[in-house]
Amino acid sequence: MDKKIYLDNAATTKTRPEVVEAMLPYFTDLYGNPSSVYEFATQNKKAVDEARETIAKAMGAEISEIYFTGSGTEADNWALKATADAYAAKGNHIITSKIEHHAILHTCEYLQKHGVEVTYIDVDENGILKLDELEKAIRPTTILISVMFANNEIGTIQPIKEIGAIAKKHNVLFHTDAVQAFGQLEINVDDFGIDMMSASAHKLNGPKGIGFLYIRKGIKIRSLIHGGAQERQRRAGTENVPGIVGFGKAVEIALETMEERTKKEIMLRNLLMKRVLEEIPFVRVNGDKVRRLPNNANFSFQFIEGESLLIMLDMKNICGSSGSACTSGSLDPSHVLLAIGLPHEVAHGSLRLTVSEDITEEDINYTVDRVKEIVEKLRQMSPLYEDFMKKR
Amino acid sequence: MEKVVVGMSGGVDSSVAAYLLQKQGYEVIGITMQIWQDEDVCSMEENGGCCGLSAVEDARRVASVLDIPYYVMNFKQEFRDNVIDYFVGEYLQARTPNPCIACNRYVKWEALLKRSLDIGASYIATGHYASIDKLPNGRFSIKKSVTQAKDQTYALYNLTQHQLSHTLMPVGAFEKDKIRELAKELKLPVANKPDSQEICFVPDNDYAGFIANYLEEKRQKRSDVSTDGDKQFQGMLPGNYVNTAGEIIGKHRGLIHYTVGQRKGLGIAMGQPAFVVELRPESNEVVIGGANEVFSDRLIANRLNFMAIEDLDGEMVVDAKIRYSHKGARATIKRTGPDEILCIFEEPQRAITPGQAVVFYDGDYVVGGGTIIK
Repeated sequence: MDKKIYLDNAATTKTRPEVVEAMLPYFTDLYGNPSSVYEFATQNKKAVDEARETIAKAMGAEISEIYFTGSGTEADNWALKATADAYAAKGNHIITSKIEHHAILHTCEYLQKHGVEVTYIDVDENGILKLDELEKAIRPTTILISVMFANNEIGTIQPIKEIGAIAKKHNVLFHTDAVQAFGQLEINVDDFGIDMMSASAHKLNGPKGIGFLYIRKGIKIRSLIHGGAQERQRRAGTENVPGIVGFGKAVEIALETMEERTKKEIMLRNLLMKRVLEEIPFVRVNGDKVRRLPNNANFSFQFIEGESLLIMLDMKNICGSSGSACTSGSLDPSHVLLAIGLPHEVAHGSLRLTVSEDITEEDINYTVDRVKEIVEKLRQMSPLYEDFMKKR
Repeated sequence: MEKVVVGMSGGVDSSVAAYLLQKQGYEVIGITMQIWQDEDVCSMEENGGCCGLSAVEDARRVASVLDIPYYVMNFKQEFRDNVIDYFVGEYLQARTPNPCIACNRYVKWEALLKRSLDIGASYIATGHYASIDKLPNGRFSIKKSVTQAKDQTYALYNLTQHQLSHTLMPVGAFEKDKIRELAKELKLPVANKPDSQEICFVPDNDYAGFIANYLEEKRQKRSDVSTDGDKQFQGMLPGNYVNTAGEIIGKHRGLIHYTVGQRKGLGIAMGQPAFVVELRPESNEVVIGGANEVFSDRLIANRLNFMAIEDLDGEMVVDAKIRYSHKGARATIKRTGPDEILCIFEEPQRAITPGQAVVFYDGDYVVGGGTIIK
């Protein structure tokens, strides 16, 4: 098979042709700077506002509560750093989970070096936050709870509504990193009690390099990026107009197609999990069986190196992932898998496959066949497996 | 087509190695081994990033020019277990280790070869200036390169026959200048880094500081390790300087700060140049002597590995090299135990250092070697 089978849609997605088409005029004809006074530029300002409106509506927010950023990571950084700064008079304590994306965890580490105290709440074996521990961790000085909507590695969806209620009860702000969830799940900021939310366009068939932070009206916020009056003076820098337009279009389509698309993804994902579990021995599925992103499957194969598995899948034109991609492309045992209680050696043999609606049943079957062959081959060369089989 | 995995550092030698193998008709896969990286992100920011990442970017660019598949493989755990732990452990036992040798044997060869065979390769290849030959007796051995000034065989003496039989060193057949020329001709975007003499994972060559930090980190992670009075931390405790007559002549800062033959940084005055002659872990003493007392005509080595010969029968006359920068000296070796060898030099040698490797040569070929114990 020469065709590439892309099963890493949690890393990024293909930009939809309709999205690209919507963006193109803003590179070529309508290239004005939205901050300028003349008529030529106001068209761009209008396009940005329309996209903002589409996005705000998609999550039950007000138009003025959406602030565009350069990425989901920037939105996460902003939410944490700005809250720590703006609410320093109230306290210096932030609560988060052990399985957040590094955009949150590394920002927390940074803040810890600058006098902020951070509590990292445990998750259970399926990756669900321990709500009782969360409530117990709240102090008078707690200013923010930041828990991701859905996990990028194991797909577990958090009890966001309950977390929102706990935050509200104790008068603490609640931020959620919804980079994986936005466009895949129905989100309403009021229903869920969300005060701040990060998202990114390229995870939902939009372009790369554009994200947003939702900030509920009334919340004190400081700028992260200084140097201009853009985004209601909160996020300086000339607007990424094509990116914003593309983001708006991607959200519009994601909402329209959510039901049908999700149904197809769940069918493919379930086929994938069923065949792997039935046909390959010594494998486990990581993450919650039910409260799970529709497109996510995450396996641990005992006795093998996930890294070798990924390389060999790549040689068969199958794109997968093991844990989260790091800058250099090499893999450490995932902090998420360790947090749900996997031993190091099992965490090392992990494979994440995330489907999209472009994938066919045939692709899934081809993939399972290859995974099966490769896992078998790697186990044949594994001294650990040999020892294990001898002992049986 | 046979597959070969080339360990790529982004430098000239491994880049040209990949090119040469491609020309020879192999299916070449580029791999950069990630072995050591500061895990603390914040301190990484302060140090302006880590050395590993620029190597990855350089190697990736070369792979893209050659149009070969390229991956980064993580060997941090293997490196920590086999190189860092060994390095620290040796110092704490008053020996002076050579971490490159351990890295070659256990990480660059054992671990990389295992994973390369896993993914269907028949060989691994490196940019070392040496060549591997199959001798008439059926054994594989490493031969010094035609580029004598850049001989790298000393750090490779510990490779096993299995490892050698699956290894290619394509640049060994060329002069360094020719390799540079080739890189230029091919317009390979290679980094022209100077060869570093420092230990790659020890910043500023401050290995004593590195060891202290490493142990402190370990202590924090594991509550069952305590630093006070624990035997394994003895190398860090201050003790006495003694002269060769056994008289106490001062206080030293802890054995990890010293190595045999050292002259600088002793902080004592003897009226003549003073050198470290011996480290005594059992009494926590550093023995100080004059220039002539640093010379010895014999050493004992263990942890032996033989290359050109299967085993040592009786005696053998060899050229023995006692450290990377040593030119080699004529000596006779003979077995004194199941894993022990006595090496007697024709002329006394300066600063024979426990923990360092001694490597034996027969002409240009590596006969074998071991770790100096005294």
